[in-house]
Amino acid sequence: MKSSLVHRLLLLPATMWLLVMLVLPLLVVIIFSFGDRGPAGGYVPGFSLDQYANLPARFTAFKNTMILAPAGTLAALLIAYPLAYYLAVKANPNIKTVLLVMIIVPFWTSILIRTYAWIYILGGQGIPKMLEFFGVEGVRLINTPYSVLIGIIYGYLPLMVFPIYVSLEKLDKRLLEASQDLGASPIRTFRNVTLPLSIPGIATGCMLVFILLMGEFLIPALLGGGKVFFIGNALVDLFLQSRNWAYGSAVATTLVIVMLLTVSIYMKLMMRGSNIREEVSLL
Amino acid sequence: MSKDNQSITKKQFMKELWRFKNGSISRRQFLGVTGLGVATSVLAGAMPALIPRKAWSASDIGDRVVLATWPNYHDPANFEKFTEVTGAHVQVNVFGSNEEMLAKLQAGGSGWDVFVPTNYTITTYVGEDLIEPLELSKIPNYAAEAFDPRFSDAGSVDGTVYAVPKNWGTTGYVVNNKHTDGRKLTSWKDFWDISMNEFTGRTMVHDYQLTTIGNALKYFGYSFNSVDPAELADAEKLLLEVKPHLFAINSDYQPPLRNGDAWMSMCWTGDGKQLNTDIPEMEYVLGVEGGEIWSDYFAVPRGAEHPDAGYALIDFMLDPAVNAKEVLAHGYPVADSRTNDLLPKELLEDPILYPAQELLDALEFGAAATLTDPNRAELLARFKAA
Repeated sequence: MKSSLVHRLLLLPATMWLLVMLVLPLLVVIIFSFGDRGPAGGYVPGFSLDQYANLPARFTAFKNTMILAPAGTLAALLIAYPLAYYLAVKANPNIKTVLLVMIIVPFWTSILIRTYAWIYILGGQGIPKMLEFFGVEGVRLINTPYSVLIGIIYGYLPLMVFPIYVSLEKLDKRLLEASQDLGASPIRTFRNVTLPLSIPGIATGCMLVFILLMGEFLIPALLGGGKVFFIGNALVDLFLQSRNWAYGSAVATTLVIVMLLTVSIYMKLMMRGSNIREEVSLL
Repeated sequence: MSKDNQSITKKQFMKELWRFKNGSISRRQFLGVTGLGVATSVLAGAMPALIPRKAWSASDIGDRVVLATWPNYHDPANFEKFTEVTGAHVQVNVFGSNEEMLAKLQAGGSGWDVFVPTNYTITTYVGEDLIEPLELSKIPNYAAEAFDPRFSDAGSVDGTVYAVPKNWGTTGYVVNNKHTDGRKLTSWKDFWDISMNEFTGRTMVHDYQLTTIGNALKYFGYSFNSVDPAELADAEKLLLEVKPHLFAINSDYQPPLRNGDAWMSMCWTGDGKQLNTDIPEMEYVLGVEGGEIWSDYFAVPRGAEHPDAGYALIDFMLDPAVNAKEVLAHGYPVADSRTNDLLPKELLEDPILYPAQELLDALEFGAAATLTDPNRAELLARFKAA
């Protein structure tokens, strides 16, 4: 009895926080999504599905998000994994901390400023100019999906490195030795021991990056020149330019639903994957 | 002058200020000890109009003022001067469209003290109760009779003054003639056609429904302000056709034009002047079909946190000597005859600032209906999301 009261009290702040900062705003968004745009913009109450019927007008933005968010997550994973592996397994312990700090240091500057810098790096006077020097002419990067992808990988890499690093760091080195002793090649050791044991880190990293990317708007806005639109940009536009709160709410609600579906499918796949591996390793 | 300011620490200054407020020391002693006396007298000597009046005497207006304005639209040196005179730091928020400003104010909590709306938006701000009627006694530098009414009329709604004129100008386009092979572009038809051909990947349009849709309407010879669904459908078709050929959709177009990534952009007078001054191949063109003529205003939003500082800033900017410096820096004309008296003759005859009459005659002021028309708003949003 007493301990259950303590539990409740302990959970109270978090519950209140979630209720006030997440559940209530979400309810407002859902209610707004059935309403209408006010005469000068904003919202007037109503009940119709008009806003949802208009969703196809933002199909391209959804499509861009659904292509570039997974692509960015995958690319970040492919770059982050070797880096995390090096940091956790291979790096000299004496300089390890320095290397880790170097990954964190960029976070000390706002992502806005760092992304702004990329406008110049990817612009005509940046990388394309350098390529021209090597004889590759006519490369255009800025305001293309590629520049957005580069910006995404740059911005989200640390979020991918750390969870993988942590899972590899915990890895019991004796398992690697055992695998070696039993005659497994380094590649086989990696495939059968290291990789399966780092799955939780990969899963966390991918989830973190993917969910944030689904709502990303800054990087496409700056590096996409208003031409590579994410659903986040469409939302910003609906609320901060065309002032159609009802339609914006419908798009936001749809985004939440799409995200919930994608993430739950992903979780299911991940769970099944790790279960299979456990069974295999038990055999 | 800055030396005088450094000779006293903030803490000492506050102490002296309290002593002055309590009456322990006289105003003269206070100004002497803090260095403010020297500061103001030096400034007053240099610019008679800067003798502090009640609105901006030191320290009673707070330490900052938040201004919502447009890109490349001020002389930063004037802001520094304002801070020197009043102690209030100017925090600048830059916007690319009136819609963005309206949306911020509608959402509430903008935090602005002064904003710079364009002529056609003011009636909507009044209707939505988002703007304060101005207390003209706090803006002694505003002299209504000095302003050309064409560019100051829109500041008053039903006889109440809500906004005082900042600058006026036109919306045309700037083209880098280095890339046109000697061809002269003269119309909006030229603008859109070349964007889809020789200039593919090099053109920028504003992230702004009024001008981007308006100038697409001009391709067909429709009114810049049209809200007719059939005409808007034509404009949308053109915009969607052009979109893959655009370099970007952005109202801050100077950086890519300067570094060579973009060759042409929709452009406001002052940006055209600034670019042309630095890069003579950059030509400012007004489409022969017409387009926009506009006038921007200073206004105070409802619920401004530092209204005194806001008024002080508006008054400071309307000082003809300060205003003249602004014009020299940003290249937008003013409707204030007192300011024009201080400007060099070349600038008053500059064809970018003061285009030929037949080009001006074809231009239209933006209409209030375009700001609130849901079809225009959604058209631009759709165009960007396409």
